[in-house]
Amino acid sequence: MKTYLTKQFYGDYGDRESVKESSGIAADSARDWPLWEVFVRSKMGLDHKHVGSLHAADARMAIENARDVYTRRQEGISIWVVESRHIHASNPDDAASFYDPADDKVYRHPTFYELPDELKAM
Amino acid sequence: MEKNGTIQLETIFQDRIDQEIRIEPKDWMPDKYRQTLIRQISQHAHSEIVGMLPEGNWITRAPSLKRKATLIAKVQDEAGHGLYLYSAAETLGISRAEMINQLHSGKAKYSSIFNYPTLTWADIGAIGWLVDGAAIMNQVPLCRTSYGPYARAMVRICKEESFHQRQGFEILLTLSRGTDAQKAMCQDAINRWWWPSVMMFGPSDEASPHTAQSMRWKIKRFTNDELRQKFVDICAEQVKILEMHLPDPDLKWNEKRGHYDFGPINWDEFWQVIGGNGPCNKERLAARIKAHEDGAWVREAASAFAAKQQQKQKAAVA
Ligand SMILES: [Fe+2]
Ligand SMILES: [Fe+2]
Repeated sequence: MKTYLTKQFYGDYGDRESVKESSGIAADSARDWPLWEVFVRSKMGLDHKHVGSLHAADARMAIENARDVYTRRQEGISIWVVESRHIHASNPDDAASFYDPADDKVYRHPTFYELPDELKAM
Repeated sequence: MEKNGTIQLETIFQDRIDQEIRIEPKDWMPDKYRQTLIRQISQHAHSEIVGMLPEGNWITRAPSLKRKATLIAKVQDEAGHGLYLYSAAETLGISRAEMINQLHSGKAKYSSIFNYPTLTWADIGAIGWLVDGAAIMNQVPLCRTSYGPYARAMVRICKEESFHQRQGFEILLTLSRGTDAQKAMCQDAINRWWWPSVMMFGPSDEASPHTAQSMRWKIKRFTNDELRQKFVDICAEQVKILEMHLPDPDLKWNEKRGHYDFGPINWDEFWQVIGGNGPCNKERLAARIKAHEDGAWVREAASAFAAKQQQKQKAAVA
C-alpha cells in the first residue's frame, strides 16, 4: 500500500528539523531554541494565515516574539504558534499522483453544465 | 543512470524557473542553487543585523522625542528584517547557530556600508535616504526572486522599508532648510555616504562572474550595474529638492543614453572595506560578538525555565 501522507515538516522547512525526541527544549546553549511556525489572523472573519517562523524557548515566548516580529503594524488580532516539528505535510514529489484524482472530474465545476442563456440568476 | 537522473531533474527545475513557478523548500534543487541562496540570504540577514549598529549609535542623542521614537522603530524593523531572512535561509537546511557562527568568525560577509561611522545626526538622514534607498532598489526586484520563502520575506521587508527612506529624507530636508551650520552638516553627510552607497550594488558586472547564473535561476532580476544606474538617476534628481549636490564632478545627464553619467568608483576602497579594513569593521564585529555573548545567560535561562515548566506540566498530568 502506498502511504501518501508521510511525516514531513511544514512546507517551509527541511527534514533536518523533524527531530525524534520530543522534549522541544534545546539541551545545550549552542543549539537553537525550537522552531515555531506563526499564523496570524489579520481581522475578525478571516482565517489565520501562515506568516513565517521564529525560534523561541516555549509557546508563550513564541507568541510574544511573533507579536513583535510579525504584527508591528497592526497586521493581526490573533496569533497561533505551533512547533514546526508537529506539522505534517504532503510530499511535493508525490504531488502529481496525489492530486490527480481531481484532474478528470470537471463536472465538479459549474462551467461544466451548458445551460441556455435565457436562464437568469443561476 | 544517476547522472542522467540529475540532468533530468535540472531540466525540470530550469523549466519551472522559466515558467515563473516558485521553488519551495521541499522541492528538488541543484546544490549550487541552494548554496548560492544560503550565501546571499544569510549575507543579507547579517547586513540587517549589523546595520542596526551605526544607527543605534544615535538613538540616545536624537534631537527630539519624535526623532528618537522614529529611529527606534526603524532599528527595530531592521532586527525584524534580519529575522525574516534568517528564517528564509534556514529553510535551505542551514541552522541559525551556524549562520551566527559564520558571521562572528568572519567567514560570512555583510554589506560593507555598515563599516562606515555615523559622525553627526545628519548621517542618520543620509543613511535613510541613500543606504535604505539603495537597499530598496536592490530589494524590490527580489520580491519576485525564484525561491518562495526568500521572495515572501522580501515582500514583507519592502513594505516596511519605504518609511525608512522617507524619514531619512525628511531629516535631511529639515537640515537643508535650517541654519548655515545645519546645511553644511547635511552636505557633509551626503558627501561621505554617497560613494559607499553607490558601491552597495556590488562589483561591476564584468567583475561579478556569478551574475549570469543567478539571472538564469532568477535569483537576481537585474545586474549590479543596472540597479546602480537606476539609483544614480533617481538620487541625482532627488538631491535637487534638498538644494544640495552629490559629490561627483562627473555627474551629468546624458541625453543620448537617457541616464546620468557618473564618475569612476573607487573599487580599491570597496575591496579594502570588504576585506576587513574599513573604518569600523573591528568595532562592528566586536559589538555583535559581545551582544551575543552577553545574551548567553538569557538564552540559557529561557531554556531552563521552559524545561522546568514542561516538567511541572508532566507531573501534573501524571
Ligand atoms: Fe532593512
Ligand atoms: Fe531599512
